[in-house]
Parts: sequence; structure tokens; C-alpha cells
Amino acid sequence: MNQQQPLEDLQHIKKMMERSSRFISLSGLSGIAAGTCALIGAVVAYPYVQGRKDLFIDAVKGFDLARAGDYRMILYTWLFWIAAVTFSFAVGTAFIFTYIRSKKEHIPLWGTTAKRLMINVAIPLLVGGLFLIKLILANVTGLIAPTSLIFYGLALVNASKYTLGELRYLGYGQLVLAVINLWFTGYGIYFWAIGFGLLHIIYGFVMWYRYEKV
Amino acid sequence: MNNPIENLNKIFDSRIRLGIMSALMVNAEINFNDLKELMDITDGNLASHIKTLEENSVIKVQKGFIGKKTNTTYSLTKAGEKAFRAHIEALEKMIRQTK
Repeated sequence: MNQQQPLEDLQHIKKMMERSSRFISLSGLSGIAAGTCALIGAVVAYPYVQGRKDLFIDAVKGFDLARAGDYRMILYTWLFWIAAVTFSFAVGTAFIFTYIRSKKEHIPLWGTTAKRLMINVAIPLLVGGLFLIKLILANVTGLIAPTSLIFYGLALVNASKYTLGELRYLGYGQLVLAVINLWFTGYGIYFWAIGFGLLHIIYGFVMWYRYEKV
Repeated sequence: MNNPIENLNKIFDSRIRLGIMSALMVNAEINFNDLKELMDITDGNLASHIKTLEENSVIKVQKGFIGKKTNTTYSLTKAGEKAFRAHIEALEKMIRQTK
């Protein structure tokens, strides 16, 4: 028997165990792309958060709905649409790079492992989203940034069991930021930019350097 | 000193069967199509390897339905899990001895 054989066999076993249980195509470049979108979004949102630009797209309608406690008032704020566009671009560009990586490694993008990952990310995020809507309606704006960081951080820690394990550290980073932010409410936009922007970019770069650099 | 090669299981001397066993070690059950995508081989090829594993009672087959489509899933038997663990140990032993 070849001397290399047992080592190669063990490596093959490890590889197949990982491939069958974790979604490993998640690209570091996806992190960099999503982080960049978040930073751009934060810059665009900044004057609105600071109150230097009007919050409402249609002030009359917005105020009426806000006074009535109608959740639709969110749709009349600029920030909602900035956030929605930022989120769409972040997810979209992240998807593209992960799609490219899965093609390169001949791993189907929409397999059992991807589904498992999506479900486990979606649960904390959906609940967090509902919670955020309630916070906005209650006018507790100072808690919006830390709350989104908390739910996102928990989603990442949860997701790390179903994809590259290092994702856990990105989750820890978001959670630490969120907790600090709780004592510095009013500076949410900065924490938000660091968490969703900078941390994604750092994580993405490290992961790309570690696994994908050629 | 006994020779660790003797502990290597002949059933697992194929890369495909090694892969199927590895995947089943970390998943309670996997269906045919997922295994096929994972191994990147043809239906016939996968079926024949599965048959070998089944005949040696290291994996078991569950036939079920999702709607009207058949959904055949595979999982390890107790004996299969034990045999595969022993196989991994034998491989590790060989590496330690060559060092």
C-alpha cells in the first residue's frame, strides 16, 4: 500500500463530511461586497439620521400615519427605502460571488446544506425584523441599531454550524458591538456601519485570503 | 505488533464508498439524489456502490414518498458506524507508524 494512501483517505473522509453537512461555498468576496454596500448605505442614510434631511418622503401622510400608530408610516420614510435598497444590493452582490464559487467548486448552490443554512439564518432575522417594526412604532429609535446587530449576530452564530465555522466570529463581533451600542444609544449609525460594513469586509477578506486566494 | 493494515476494511477501499460512509456519519439520512450530487457520479455507478454497502449491512435503505415521488434515503447501521470508526482508527494508526 502506498504510504500516502491513509492520509489521503482521511482527508477525503473529512472533506466529504464537511461537504455533506455544511454549505461551504460561501465566498469571502460576498462578505466584502455586502460590507461595501452597507457602508455606502450608511453614508447615504447619515444626513437623514442626523436630522439634516427630512425623514418623511411625504411629511403630511407620514405624520398622520405615525400619529395613528399605523405601521405603514415606515413606508413613507426615506430610511426605510435606503435600508431596503442597501439590503437588496448586499444580498444580491453576496449571492453573485457565492454563486461563482459554487460553480468553480462544482457544488450545487441550492442543495440540502444551502436550505438548512437559509432556514437557520432566516428564523432569527424574521423575528428580529418584526421586533424592529415594533421598536420603530414605539419610537424607540435609539435601539434600532443595537437590536438589528443583536439579531443579526445571533443569526450568524446559529448559521456557523451550517456553513464555514469561522462565521461564528463575525457573529461574536456583531454581538459585542451591539452590547456596547446599548450604552451609547444615539450613535447607532456608527455602530451599524462598523458592524454591517467594516466587520463584513474584514471577515470577507480574511476568508478569501484563507480559502480562495490563488 | 499487529499490522494495522489488517484492520482496514475491504468494503471501504473505494473512494466513492468512503465518501458515502463519511457523509452518512454526519447526517442522520441522505437521499439518493443528494448523494449523487455530493459524489458527482452517475446513477448506475452510485447504485452499484450502495448495493455493495447494503449487502455488507453497513447501510440501510428506507423507501418513502414525497407526494407521489419515491424518496429513497440511506442511513448507517449500528454495525456500519462501528466498522467505519474502526476503519478511521486503522488509518490513523498507519499514519502514526509511518512517522
